[in-house]
Amino acid sequence: MTAIQDTAPHTDHAHDDHHHDHPSWLAHHFDDAEQQYDSGKLGMWLFLVTEVLFFSGMFCAYALYRNRNPEVFEFCSAFLNEKLGAINTGVLLFSSLTMAWAVRASQLRQHTLLVGMLAATLACAAMFLGVKAVEYSHKWELGLLPGKFYVAQLGGHHGDPKGYLETLCVVPMILTVLSALYYVYSWVVNSTFHKQVAGPLLVTGLCFFVGVFLGQTLEAEAADSHGGEHAEHHMVQGHVDHASHDHAAAEHTEHPADGAAAMPVVVASAGEDVKVMKEQLATPDADVNQKSMAGLFFSIYYCMTGVHAIHILGGMAVITWLIVKAARHEFHEQYFGPVDNVGLYWHLVDFIWIYLFPLLYLIT
Amino acid sequence: MSVVDRPIVSTETAGADSYPEHHFLNHTKGVLSWALTLDHKRIGLMYLVGVMASFALGGMFALMIRIHLWNFQDGWLDNKTYNQVFTLHGAIMVFLFIIPSIPAALGNFFLPIMLGTKDVAFPRLNLSSFYLWVTGLILFLTALSVTGLDTGWTFYTPYSIETQKGGAVLAATFGVFVLGFSSIFTGLNFIVTINTMRPPGMTWFRMPLFLWATYATSIIQVLATPVLGITVLLLSAERLLGIGIFDPKLNGDPVTFQHFFWFYSHPAVYIMILPAMGIISELMSVHCHKGIFGYRMIAYSSIAIALFGFLVWGHHMFTSGMADVTTVVFSALTFTVSIPSAIKVFNWLGTMYQGTVSLNTPMLYALAFIFLFTIGGLTGLPLGALSTDMHFHDTYFVVAHFHYVMMGGTLVAFLGGVFHWWPKMTGRMFNDKLGMVSAIIVFIGFNLTFLPQFVLGTRGMPRRYATYLEEFQDLHRLSTVGSLILGFGLVTALVVLLQSLVNGKKAPRNPWGGATLEWMCSSPPPHDNFSSAPTVGDPYDFSKIEYDGRVGGYVRKD
Amino acid sequence: MNFVLADKVAPYAWFPEGASSFAPQVDNLFTAILWICILFFVPIVILMGYFMWAFRERPGYRGSPEALHNTPLEITWTVIPTAIAVWVFWEGAMGYLDMARIPKGTVDVNVTAMKWKWAFKYENGGENGFEKIGKTELPVLVLPVDRDVKLIMRSDDVLHSFYVPAFRAKRDVVPGRYNYMWFRPTKLGTFDIFCTEYCGDNHSQMIAKVKVVTEAEYQQALAKAIEEPEDPLERGKLLYKRLGCSTCHYAGEDGANGPGPSYNGSWGKQVSLENGQEVAFDENYVRESILNPAAKARKGYGSASPMNSYAGRVKDEQIDALITFIKSLESAPPKAK
Repeated sequence: MTAIQDTAPHTDHAHDDHHHDHPSWLAHHFDDAEQQYDSGKLGMWLFLVTEVLFFSGMFCAYALYRNRNPEVFEFCSAFLNEKLGAINTGVLLFSSLTMAWAVRASQLRQHTLLVGMLAATLACAAMFLGVKAVEYSHKWELGLLPGKFYVAQLGGHHGDPKGYLETLCVVPMILTVLSALYYVYSWVVNSTFHKQVAGPLLVTGLCFFVGVFLGQTLEAEAADSHGGEHAEHHMVQGHVDHASHDHAAAEHTEHPADGAAAMPVVVASAGEDVKVMKEQLATPDADVNQKSMAGLFFSIYYCMTGVHAIHILGGMAVITWLIVKAARHEFHEQYFGPVDNVGLYWHLVDFIWIYLFPLLYLIT
Repeated sequence: MSVVDRPIVSTETAGADSYPEHHFLNHTKGVLSWALTLDHKRIGLMYLVGVMASFALGGMFALMIRIHLWNFQDGWLDNKTYNQVFTLHGAIMVFLFIIPSIPAALGNFFLPIMLGTKDVAFPRLNLSSFYLWVTGLILFLTALSVTGLDTGWTFYTPYSIETQKGGAVLAATFGVFVLGFSSIFTGLNFIVTINTMRPPGMTWFRMPLFLWATYATSIIQVLATPVLGITVLLLSAERLLGIGIFDPKLNGDPVTFQHFFWFYSHPAVYIMILPAMGIISELMSVHCHKGIFGYRMIAYSSIAIALFGFLVWGHHMFTSGMADVTTVVFSALTFTVSIPSAIKVFNWLGTMYQGTVSLNTPMLYALAFIFLFTIGGLTGLPLGALSTDMHFHDTYFVVAHFHYVMMGGTLVAFLGGVFHWWPKMTGRMFNDKLGMVSAIIVFIGFNLTFLPQFVLGTRGMPRRYATYLEEFQDLHRLSTVGSLILGFGLVTALVVLLQSLVNGKKAPRNPWGGATLEWMCSSPPPHDNFSSAPTVGDPYDFSKIEYDGRVGGYVRKD
Repeated sequence: MNFVLADKVAPYAWFPEGASSFAPQVDNLFTAILWICILFFVPIVILMGYFMWAFRERPGYRGSPEALHNTPLEITWTVIPTAIAVWVFWEGAMGYLDMARIPKGTVDVNVTAMKWKWAFKYENGGENGFEKIGKTELPVLVLPVDRDVKLIMRSDDVLHSFYVPAFRAKRDVVPGRYNYMWFRPTKLGTFDIFCTEYCGDNHSQMIAKVKVVTEAEYQQALAKAIEEPEDPLERGKLLYKRLGCSTCHYAGEDGANGPGPSYNGSWGKQVSLENGQEVAFDENYVRESILNPAAKARKGYGSASPMNSYAGRVKDEQIDALITFIKSLESAPPKAK
């Protein structure tokens, strides 16, 4: 063995105790900005790989059950309002653009633009959640719940609105009010830093309610345009289902009028898939309106969109952290790794939604 | 050159020059300086204490199982309690001990030092990994204290969905979820560290094999663990929301759960054994004072095992009623994993050939590893072969097989590694004679515990039985006696280690004659690992390393 | 095997007696693998010991650090194990395909697994009987020798696995689907059936027996399987075991002590329920508890391992017989232990 001793002592590492060589934004164990940036980037990519694998478990479950019961997926997909899905897709795509712009701004020391772009991204995220809140609350009121809690009675009486949307709005409302107070405070102390943080937060809070309003409007629109024609065959479906839902039958006979009256809400989310549903109803074995059929679809729907929504929330938290840092003018061409990495994460969240949207909403 | 002048019995105490005045242990003081430390060495030590405590807990459950099985019926536990005990034994050993044992404890301490860097790439992430592990531990202890976790560590549905109303299963599954992320972050940290922080001169093929093994392990941790995460998350949703994906009552499929679960949990077997193999590669070369035989083959085989390991999960489900083609394919893939493992064993033997073998505690553990791991590996053959597996599946044969691999392999290598690096970590030498005695007791106890279980398995004794047929009683009793000896051996090892802290000699810089970078810094290492930049050389070139009686250890003579 | 020694050693031999057509293949393959293992393991250990001694550290000895690489050797020890692995895989897969491909013209048996009992239904609709083996009564599956047998298996609750060591045959029983297995018993005798997939509290007591008999005896057993005794008490006793009540309820001096309440000394008493009410333990209560067990769960038994409904599985006369049986235990003592 020829010894490999000829390597010169690497000088880069000779500075172990010379912390004053390091600017504050460079962690002590890194040699230079490039190494720090490369490490952060590789770490983020690896994290994204784990995220993809995390979701892939659910995509596998989706593929398995869709393969096994394609008719259930087609039937249930009709209950998802693809207009809302499309809007959310657009909102997320736009937020990806603003995020990418933010990365560029951070490299160019355009601090105000950076804050603005991050704020736009954050606001889009909030709007996405607002629309999602409308979608969720509508389904809950219809009893379109996961698995064993699935109680939807098509054509049957399904009770008065239970205020799910209002409940979902409580926390955003509190946060918006707090942001507003913070915004007022920032003007009182007249601090540019506080203004740059409070402004985006307030806009974000308001955008959540813009999303809610948009969602409500579109749901109502869908209900108006299709309500009447759906009512009839939902009644039929209601009777078919009674074989497996004794209590449904009881309720239905108790309130025959309510069934029809409540119809618009039922069909509200049913969208335009009248044809598909009619085909379903024509086949006698298409009794998919039960826990083990439609319930399973909604299990998968809630798991996938729910976990995605949690990722949106996580993204919002880190973007808020970025806004604080950006308002302190911390980023520059040597140090923009955090913005870049959060950007990567945000694109992934967007990317996953781009798969979820057609797989869940656009099945025909 | 080499070790000619080394006295067989060292009478000299270590020279004072090697023991540093300032090192990472006394760099800062106070509980908070440990709890909030970002130093990978301190985090590694905290992990070491944690995993050892978990091992003690899991070992206690193991002894409870063995004592219960002394009689074929009417043991001292009722069925329900027995089921909880074996569940906790498995879950604690797998999730809290074996998976973090070598990578998180020894890996954390030595990966940056052996690589020649000041720290891992993300020290804060590293600390958060540790606290996630602690959270997992707390959740498991919660499951333990509210009782009722009786699912087996595999959480098979639908049993895990319907058993017990309490929160034990939820606490445990959430614990697994959290521990999974702890493991992912550790793996991610190590990959990035090795990729981007190698100092100049540290090329891929100058990395010590322990780093190769850790790198391969980290790849599995990052790629497999998220699937476990989503699986246990869906299982929690199954219990909380009744989503039905794994519940046959709602048209779900329990076999799908098994696929999901084993997609992680089979690669997890390699998370457990690969770092152990890495340790053995280090131990064999250092204590034989000879370069590792077939360095590249060992390095490549680690990566090969990591990759093949992803393709074989189906062999846990040969009897579940998968399609025949799938079953046969999984069997074929299973055999591919056996080859790289065999290559490693031969290479370790080749390392001993014409070496200079120092028989000491770490070396004895390494030799015990080769003996036990070879048995563990070879008994995998009848389990991978389909027709024999139809007989052995879910019997004590499987139990014995994986204990030979997991315990005879990973645990013994872990102990070997702890003894090997103990002087470096603590700056104290342990009593080598007593250490060797502990290795021999562990070896005898281990074989006495698990050899009879092979016979139990071939004779048809199913696993997870609280009571059994009388004909199996003699073999069970033999096993129980063995387990008590094994327990005694492990306690001996612990006493040897703790005793060194009280009155052990101060350790020299390089007590065994290793050539990797960790032996070039002081024992214990300074806060920043190297006071001056290390020279990166061939990690297995022992030609310049000679014994020096004045310091009581080895020094490099250039 | 007439040697006395053989009988003494038999309990520790590698395998129990092989009693199916699969046994020779499995046993031979295992023996072959065992010898392969020995051929690897013994030289490894001998070399290890020899190297340990020959190259030990000692004064005046210096090892040679040159042997670090030997391509022909490394190729050899890669290729030979690979070849052996391929052979073992091939043999195993061929044996397995034989086990997996179910032949035509089988004797079919429906197997139902439930916590914690096996129930077997023959082709004529008859159900399995019971035999006292040791202290416990176990369900007995009677099968004809030298006929191909197919089991059609389903589970009422969780995963189970059907395993007969003597037949070298095993298959999981998965809820929500049928799993099949087949084998051909080749020896007369009684063999163990184990559940090998963990299924809860009494998993280890989920044992049954398979009794391999001649064709003529098998036909007799089939005929007997569809009989139920005339006497209601005897019939009740039989149903108590056949329907699986004994796996959870202690009665007389039989059955598992839990998780269900014991029948002993219950009849005619007022019993308290999970919902706080009290109810008379009478004919109607027994009937309702069989058909809708959850309706009036006894205090302390509401949550643990709920009982499945027997509605549609028992006839009215059978319920009458069970009532007669429970009535007869009015003053039976509780379990001694």
